[in-house]
Amino acid sequence: MTMTTPTYQRRSKDQLAARVAQDIFDGAVVNLGIGQPTLVANHLPAGREVILQSENGILGMGPAPAEGQEDYDLINAGKQPVTLLKGGAFFHHADSFAMMRGGHLDICVLGAFQVSATGDLANWSTGEPGAIPAVGGAMDLAIGARQTWVMMDLLTKQGASKLVKQCTYPLTGIGCVKRVYSDLATLECTPQGLKLIDTVDGLTHAELEKLVGLPITAA
Amino acid sequence: MINKIAASVADALADVKDGATVLIGGFGTAGIPNELIDGLIEQGAKDLTVVNNNAGNAEVGLAALLKAGRVRKIICSFPRQADSQVFDGLYRSGKLELELVPQGNLAERIRAAGAGIGAFFCPTGYGTELALNADGSAKETREINGRQYVLEMPIHGDVALIKAERGDRWGNLTYRMAARNFGPVMATAAKKTVATVHEIVELGTLDPETIVTPGIFVQHIVKIDRIATQAGGFKKAA
Repeated sequence: MTMTTPTYQRRSKDQLAARVAQDIFDGAVVNLGIGQPTLVANHLPAGREVILQSENGILGMGPAPAEGQEDYDLINAGKQPVTLLKGGAFFHHADSFAMMRGGHLDICVLGAFQVSATGDLANWSTGEPGAIPAVGGAMDLAIGARQTWVMMDLLTKQGASKLVKQCTYPLTGIGCVKRVYSDLATLECTPQGLKLIDTVDGLTHAELEKLVGLPITAA
Repeated sequence: MINKIAASVADALADVKDGATVLIGGFGTAGIPNELIDGLIEQGAKDLTVVNNNAGNAEVGLAALLKAGRVRKIICSFPRQADSQVFDGLYRSGKLELELVPQGNLAERIRAAGAGIGAFFCPTGYGTELALNADGSAKETREINGRQYVLEMPIHGDVALIKAERGDRWGNLTYRMAARNFGPVMATAAKKTVATVHEIVELGTLDPETIVTPGIFVQHIVKIDRIATQAGGFKKAA
């Protein structure tokens, strides 16, 4: 077997965030998960009005405050200081999660350890013995939002695909992921399996299938 | 005359019993009633079951209550944080029982208790490890209109400790920004709710259109000094 240098480049974290942001429609109410998904807020295209929901009781969440203006009664789900946009509102936790389960939230963007071809999500626990578990709002968001999108690297550091036939890590939700935005490709999870939306320049459909190890229906 | 204003935290917490279930408001450090938790440490009740979204930050408030060895079990959604070292140590050494609950189930189970609901079917967690009982058996499930649901039980509190912003002698409360979080729901779900406020006002001063927790859900309010909420729960960039 001959080693060939890849002719494609991975999306950077910011490029990936921009790719996700491109698909968020004007007027959408969106919850961005802790970590990488919060970057999406920095890349929303100009002219689109998007309302960000934070699980701890904020609609209309704005960017981080200027240094010295932090108020720790106004924080995001990651407990970091944020601001409130004009029109924003506060509410209690039962209402916040009613927004999710009740189907009022258009999109949530979450990170993941693994996603199955049919949209099962594993993102809260690696199941390692001795690890301290924490789930937060992940399970409620995953099955509650009208569309659940995952944002992740396609491969682990060891090169294994995080898109799998069946999740081996503990599940967050069953059949709940609609789209996966990754550093190499964007895919749709369907009851019939994976469907291609796009790849980075230079990565062919066949190469992607080889990396993932699962059949992927053409775009 | 109705007067729910307690002279001190100690007065408000005098009858918390050993073995009590204590609902404690707050998400991260926002809305954590530190003064009431300190009062509970002072009061001495032990063998407590604590319900909070997290499991304490740094060494103060809820973390201090855990460290004092007063808590037998914690029911929460997100114990692991950058500064949850007190919880981490107790949990790893087997000195603290944990019931991990998805955050929305935590809120709704408390809401159900306050609203007199016997149990409810919820889609969250279906098919996951968190749809199991403590003994490992599966919680009851049901398919309703083609969707799968898990039967979830209410969480009743003996006492709720919450942090509000303004209050009056009838126990009406308003909150401040995202420090509201679990407060209004927990206030409904305990036999006794104690709220701290930064300001006590005359009856009629709070705009009835903006009262968040009506006094019916509150037994005691205590005025405390305003101390700006401290950061907690995340790793600050270097």
